[in-house]
Amino acid sequence: MTPATGSPTLDVARLREQFPVLAREMKPGVPLVYLDSTATSQKPLAVIEAMDVFYRLHNANIHRGVYQLAEEATAQFEAARARVAAFIGAAEPAEIIFTRNTTESINLVMRTWAQANLAAGDTIVLTEMEHHSNIVPWQMLAAEKGLKLEFVPVSDDGLLVLPVYEKLLERRPKLVAVGHMSNVLGTINPVAEMSRQAHAAGAVVLVDGAQSVPHMKVNVRELGADFLAFSSHKMCGPTGIGILYGRRELLEKMPPFLGGGDMIRRVRLHEFSTNEIPHKFEAGTPAIAEAIGLGAAIAFLEAAGMDAIHAHEQDLIAYTLDRLSEVPGVHVYGPAPAVRGGVASFVMQAAHPHDVAQILDADGVAVRAGHHCAMPLHERYGLMATTRASFYLYNTREEVDRLVAAVQKVNDIFA
Amino acid sequence: MDDLYREQIIDHYKNPRMKGTLDPHDISYEDDNPLCGDRLRIDVRLGADGRVTEAAFSGQGCAISMASADLLTESIIGKSLEEMRAIGKDDILEMLGIELSPVRLKCALLSLKVLKAGAYGLAEVHDLD
Repeated sequence: MTPATGSPTLDVARLREQFPVLAREMKPGVPLVYLDSTATSQKPLAVIEAMDVFYRLHNANIHRGVYQLAEEATAQFEAARARVAAFIGAAEPAEIIFTRNTTESINLVMRTWAQANLAAGDTIVLTEMEHHSNIVPWQMLAAEKGLKLEFVPVSDDGLLVLPVYEKLLERRPKLVAVGHMSNVLGTINPVAEMSRQAHAAGAVVLVDGAQSVPHMKVNVRELGADFLAFSSHKMCGPTGIGILYGRRELLEKMPPFLGGGDMIRRVRLHEFSTNEIPHKFEAGTPAIAEAIGLGAAIAFLEAAGMDAIHAHEQDLIAYTLDRLSEVPGVHVYGPAPAVRGGVASFVMQAAHPHDVAQILDADGVAVRAGHHCAMPLHERYGLMATTRASFYLYNTREEVDRLVAAVQKVNDIFA
Repeated sequence: MDDLYREQIIDHYKNPRMKGTLDPHDISYEDDNPLCGDRLRIDVRLGADGRVTEAAFSGQGCAISMASADLLTESIIGKSLEEMRAIGKDDILEMLGIELSPVRLKCALLSLKVLKAGAYGLAEVHDLD
């Protein structure tokens, strides 16, 4: 094994300097090894400073302000929207709706498009590897309307069983809602092909891009997604802002989501008319500084290069699977590195996932333990919990070595 | 960490003294922590004088929750229900001999919650949250 750092196209050492928290020692002599980017990513200086500058120099509420400061704030906010649109290949900025997070983006589709277009007896196709945020909203609507939920099963090696998916499409579902990348298995699902098949069967396709958009090049038109939901905070941006992409023709026909300011064209005492898209779906003062921070995050990611980030993470996951296979009593779930992002969820014979995470933490290695908001997937594998290490552009092979050394320590302690 | 995973805790986790079930029993209660998947049942038998004669626990969980269940069930033998009622969070921490973060505190206190819910009803366990 050659302990090289990352891929030749990503200057990880230079990138790391941009993340102040990565310089932390969790106790004297024990530097932080942050392996929980699937939960939330760390933030580079460019993002922290963009938000700081906004609050110091440009803060005003957006839209309708007739003074210079409000015009500056509006221009920066809308520039962030345009940057998001370009980043995912949307046809125009109006197809980008700002929400609070991926969860709210999916709930928005449930409360608007699905509420208006689905009726008793209609079918929604999901998968067994979905995050709770792409299951529970549909369970809520199914209970209200009498819908049927069908789930594409997951194979032992962490892949969707596509022949079953094709069978389910014969039931002419109205909606296929699928995660692009599993937050537990790291599986990258063949969403472009699944979308093509879903459209041929007459279904609308919602893609949960929470784990894919931050880590690889995602183009909504190549993907064939009618809706794409993702979060700023997992892609180096701030918390508090999420994104819903929707095709214009769908968005225009959808009823509004929340009622209030900004989403209206005109209000009378007993009626209102709605604003144009995307504002129709953005009631109330949005997360302005956060949108500007998100814009800075996208600029940062684009400068690093999405293909280089993906290649770097595939190198890290291949190295991790290789190294962990040397440790007795460790079982890692999920597919081969070729169809997988930088996520390694594992169990150990010797100890419970929480004990593993706690022992790793003592060595500064930050991982997550639990069901990772995917209880049905854990049940599928007969598990209550796993320990999960996940990577981003700032992680290194040396950090994987620290992880593996700490995992070996678990065996020593529980021997 | 050396503190947290002291030999005593690992020993009680790997070689529990009180693991099992009692049938019949005077008190039995089972609960789980869906957040981490821990599941725990505690069975208790009382003597004619109302004192605990036997206790056992079963279930699965992390080393902290299992060791605390073993230590707690061991400690209540010979106690009356009134004496048992007085056992609190600090007693569990003292038995374990470690400091715990808020998240791991829930693991350590699961056994006490199960015992008290079984002996006195759920109303008694709110102060342990």
